[in-house]
Amino acid sequence: MTQTRSGTVEFLQGNEVCAEAAIYAGMRFYAGYPITPSTEIAERLALRLPQVGGTCIQMEDEIGSLCSVIGASLTGMKGMTATSGPGYSLMQEAVGYAIMAEVPLVIVDVQRGGPSTGLPTHASQGDVMQVRWGTHGDHAIVCLSASTHQDLFETMIRAFNVSETFRTPVIVLIDEIVGHMREPVRIPDAGEYELTERLLTNVPRDVDYHPYLPREDGRLPMSHFGGEHRYNVTGLYHDMWGFPSDNPQVTNDLIHHLMNKLENRKRDLTFTKEWNTTDADIMLISYGASARSARHIMEDRRAVGMRMGLIELQTLWPFPGELIRERCRGASYVVVVEMNMGQIVHEVKAAVERPERVFLANRVDGEMITPADIKHLVRVIQGKGI
Amino acid sequence: MPHIWCPGCGHGIVLNSLLRAVEKLQLERNDIVMISGIGCSARIQGYVDFHTMHTLHGRALAFATGIKMAWPLLKVIVPMGDGDALAIGGNHFIHAARRNIDVTAIIMNNSIYGMTGGQHSPLTQCGDHATTAPYGTVDSPFDVVQLASAAGASFIARTTTYHARDMTRLLAAAIEHKGFSVVEVLSQCPTYYGRKNDAGDAVAMMERFRDETVKVTADGAVPGDRSGRMDGAHEPVPVGLFRREERPEYCEAYRTRVMEPALEQAQSAARDVSP
Amino acid sequence: MSVERRLDVNRHWCKGCRICVAFCPRNVLALDREGKVVVMRPDDCIWCGDCEIRCPDLAITIVKEAAS
Repeated sequence: MTQTRSGTVEFLQGNEVCAEAAIYAGMRFYAGYPITPSTEIAERLALRLPQVGGTCIQMEDEIGSLCSVIGASLTGMKGMTATSGPGYSLMQEAVGYAIMAEVPLVIVDVQRGGPSTGLPTHASQGDVMQVRWGTHGDHAIVCLSASTHQDLFETMIRAFNVSETFRTPVIVLIDEIVGHMREPVRIPDAGEYELTERLLTNVPRDVDYHPYLPREDGRLPMSHFGGEHRYNVTGLYHDMWGFPSDNPQVTNDLIHHLMNKLENRKRDLTFTKEWNTTDADIMLISYGASARSARHIMEDRRAVGMRMGLIELQTLWPFPGELIRERCRGASYVVVVEMNMGQIVHEVKAAVERPERVFLANRVDGEMITPADIKHLVRVIQGKGI
Repeated sequence: MPHIWCPGCGHGIVLNSLLRAVEKLQLERNDIVMISGIGCSARIQGYVDFHTMHTLHGRALAFATGIKMAWPLLKVIVPMGDGDALAIGGNHFIHAARRNIDVTAIIMNNSIYGMTGGQHSPLTQCGDHATTAPYGTVDSPFDVVQLASAAGASFIARTTTYHARDMTRLLAAAIEHKGFSVVEVLSQCPTYYGRKNDAGDAVAMMERFRDETVKVTADGAVPGDRSGRMDGAHEPVPVGLFRREERPEYCEAYRTRVMEPALEQAQSAARDVSP
Repeated sequence: MSVERRLDVNRHWCKGCRICVAFCPRNVLALDREGKVVVMRPDDCIWCGDCEIRCPDLAITIVKEAAS
């Protein structure tokens, strides 16, 4: 039967890694709706979650999926859903609810080509901005990514840890290639990674409990919904008891709290991998499957003496602009490698000192961007022709 | 502080009956979760001292499904309006009924969207007027009892705000029922539905609930021979208990048919590999 | 020791919808000049509770007290 054992090396699909890592992180409630190319996550969890005493439900749509995860998470369970672009579009209303009601949960978006039904079985990274601004209104959001299965395992654990720490939805943004590719992954031993559990209130029963009064560090000690403290949860602006309020002071404080708890902790939320960034004349910036090709060409060009470096972003949001500015200071050119018409490239341009030196190496035909594609662009930038 | 509903609004009577039903069942407040959507009906959740959640329009049953699955011992009550239950939330409604998850759905049917100012709903009768139906509604309404029945709800009742004692009894029975229970309550909206349709004040509307309804018999049948009526005469609306049946409840079924066998398999597999 | 009953009206909550007045079988209740419900003929009350259960504002309660 399908089971994974800690310490062993398994040959898994990226989607299966998401499922196994989520279980490792303590996730015990999954709700989802089938959608290519993410479906294997639901299939794996339908089999695996009940084996560890967890619950997996196939809902009637993506809207219901995320709503039921929010419900389950409030009762104290770590919850998750997974989808692809069209399904993630349907979830946007509930994403806003989770942000406003400060409900921890994880959403895996395995990107396909868009817009609309687009290219369900092909590679794309077109959801980066949907993740940032998909739900209406001002908000901060956390989005993590990975390009290898071992990193993906760690990223999933990180996603749950961040979501539990800050009581916020965290989006793990991967793509069709990472989701469907198989490669070896070592299942970590129990205890190898620190797992963040929910911060619970120590206010005793029958004493006035303020579910929405943040501590100085921005964290909210929680009482399990259905437990001994009765309170209200709403998507409206609310006071410290969770009851609706349109008081200007309450409103102002809440929106600042929701933004600041993440934007002011960018440093704790920034995860990157760097190769040869200290002396790089040409700096590549990439994420997800694109970063695999970027790393390949970087190593290839280094071998012929070109000073090329690579920053792989494992945090896309909040965008680590200061780190990018710092690292790119000495580079003559910055090349952003992504499979879309240019999304992260605009953030990089906004971050660096010389935005005119930032170029986009992209591919949008549903095929994976290759090392050769990047090499050709670099030759053009250098005036060498293709 | 007086509540937010208009004078004569039937939703207050539903709140009144619901509190009596909970008192009658002697439930612990900590064991009850009330999850509402958006609209006038959804505000009922602000006036009860349970665990309360004010969610998104139409999605209350989806939130409720997650809470119930994660913590099956909780009593989950979901008050909904016309739109919550049958327009934007129609899909969640039929699927919750199909699963037979142990949630009590209260559909406060006032034939109108009140919170947004009087637009027609999927429960507005054909020909009735609303701000978005100035020439009369063209759409035909759902019959909640038939819809719930076809979708598989295992407890189905309809009552009105006039029949407040029946409502209390039916709500108590619905909350006690193990499975998806639906109680449709015909509720008056004198402010919008009443004014738009010359239906009079709250009293006149409740008198119509009294005079234009017929109680179903104990087995859920509608009394009188209603066949062959082709004259289009106004049919009385059947009220009472239409269905109460035992059917496997979803959380229970998941535990016994999925989780327990899976745990068992996992444990025996672990024994096989241990030295 | 006998039990004494009376109708308690929360004037602050009452919105004057007239439901209790209309459905009282003994004409015990009426609206006053401010449009709030008052107990006009308390001696006629048969304690059926119809006003209490149908009040949308939960403004009427039958209060039972031990008589001295």
